[in-house]
Amino acid sequence: MNTIAYIVQKEFKQIFRNKGMLPIIFILPILQLVILSNAATYEVKNIKFAYVDQDHSSTSRALVDRFNASSYFNVMTTFPSHEKASSAMLLGNVDVVLEIPKHFERDFIKEKASRLGITINAIDGAAAGVESGYINQIVQNFNKDLKVTYVGLSNKTPKPVNILSIPSFWYNITLDYKTFMVPGILVLLVSMITLFLSGMNIVREKEIGTLEQMNVTPIRKSQFIIGKLFPFWVIGMGLLTIGLILAKLIFDVPMVGSLLLLYGYTSIYILVILGMGLFISNFTDTQQQAMFIAWFFVVIFILMSGLFTPIESMPEWAQLLTEFNPIKYFVEIMRMVMLKGSGFSDILPLALKTLAYAIVMNGLAVWSYKKTA
Amino acid sequence: MKENNVIEAEELTKEFGAFTAVNAISFEVKKGEIFGFLGANGAGKTTAMKMLIGISKPSSGKAKVAGFDVYAQAESIKKNIGYMSQKFALYDDLTVKENITFFGGIYGLSRARIKEKTKHLIMELGLDGIADQLVGSLPLGWKQKLSFSVSLLHEPKIVFLDEPTGGVDPITRRQFWEMIYKSANQGTTIFVTTHYMDEAEYCDRVSIMVDGRIEALDTPKKLKAQFNVDNMNDVFLKLARG
Repeated sequence: MNTIAYIVQKEFKQIFRNKGMLPIIFILPILQLVILSNAATYEVKNIKFAYVDQDHSSTSRALVDRFNASSYFNVMTTFPSHEKASSAMLLGNVDVVLEIPKHFERDFIKEKASRLGITINAIDGAAAGVESGYINQIVQNFNKDLKVTYVGLSNKTPKPVNILSIPSFWYNITLDYKTFMVPGILVLLVSMITLFLSGMNIVREKEIGTLEQMNVTPIRKSQFIIGKLFPFWVIGMGLLTIGLILAKLIFDVPMVGSLLLLYGYTSIYILVILGMGLFISNFTDTQQQAMFIAWFFVVIFILMSGLFTPIESMPEWAQLLTEFNPIKYFVEIMRMVMLKGSGFSDILPLALKTLAYAIVMNGLAVWSYKKTA
Repeated sequence: MKENNVIEAEELTKEFGAFTAVNAISFEVKKGEIFGFLGANGAGKTTAMKMLIGISKPSSGKAKVAGFDVYAQAESIKKNIGYMSQKFALYDDLTVKENITFFGGIYGLSRARIKEKTKHLIMELGLDGIADQLVGSLPLGWKQKLSFSVSLLHEPKIVFLDEPTGGVDPITRRQFWEMIYKSANQGTTIFVTTHYMDEAEYCDRVSIMVDGRIEALDTPKKLKAQFNVDNMNDVFLKLARG
């Protein structure tokens, strides 16, 4: 036990003496949390909107006004022809083009139907989908009002019963993306920093030659590894704390569930990441190699964590892969506990999986660590 | 194992694939002896030493160090030896005192004992003014002397020194060898590799490795007589050139 205390003491001294690393450990994550949480949003705003009005009627002008009034669309430009509008889209000056054909108003009154042309730049498919949704909503509303003006008055048939769905958004009533993103980004920061630090720490001792010296001492494998990893476990918990405080102070993210539960889970989760870091450092000889491998995993873990894209929409094989993604578990738990107030029994299945993961990962790490040269 | 021997190697061999780095070497080292382990670069000295200190498993052959078997009791060997590697292996970002405390601690010395050792060591090495400085800021010669003292902290039976005086000035080298003599006189066995042939003359016995084999092993005096030359340098050249 005493031996571990000596190692922990040494590690902390080295970490806090490293003037280059300290800011990376504590300041960068805070900056990232603040910047990413504000920047990463699914909302599509400031859509560059253009229209080609070949009807020049009061109805067509009324429709354009609807878009004008929406807060999502701006930069209203008008083009004389479809071709001109297309070339503007090619240059990237325009995201959406609305085309109002000739006789738009006349057709509507006479034939009770009329067509609109809508072109959306769909290079970013997700954004295009959202934009299409906005446009549909505006056009539908416009359509309804028009019916009242033109059709409803002249037509004596009874109006069909309107089915109205009123969505109620649970757990994130205001649909605030920050509420959704902040817990997830917090997970990333805790994971990335602890993985990189633990992955590079032992490899660094390999590089400078002190690891060989350690291997010649009677120190036990388990003592050495616990002593090495414990400081990073503490740092991970510290990062979580800083992140939670910021989430509350800056973003006012609710903390519905139990803090104790969140800390309890995180304490197991960090073990998974540390085991992974150690495993990586056992198979690498330089910090660069360790860094590259750690990056490889982090990028995959992040993209497949359900943080940016829902796991449900991934192909089946990819969904299966996410079962091995610790970050996915943590993102899920974080959102469950913070936003839904899930209790111990709710998160138990995921927590048990995480615990099993931690045991396997650390087992592999200890097994692959050899006190030989 | 004979009463007086602290190291016994018999046909000790290390192969890396088709390459035999250490080829069936046999030798004994007696308690309190200063044993010089010589050889050209790449002759297999470091590999042989790594097998003896328990961080590399031999391919075949037998060896006992401090009474323990290198195959089965490597961890027991580690308790009884000190090791100073070619690379400087104290922590540059810890102070002199912190390094002593750390290494004392992991060898299981008590707090009181560490304190006493630290005081003694700092006085002996004349590091009074700089005990709280980072080791990284010390000149190489001081680092090496400190490193040697740290490897003796837990009072090992044998201390292995891998080119301890590489890159060190002649005055410091002389002081270093005085330290070696002093601890040998206190009963510590010294197993040392070096490329300086004047240092080879200071050893009680010297072995010379060529291409993985021990080609000569005796006292410097007898080796010189055997090869009919008047210094160790010429003995080495005759053997290493084949």
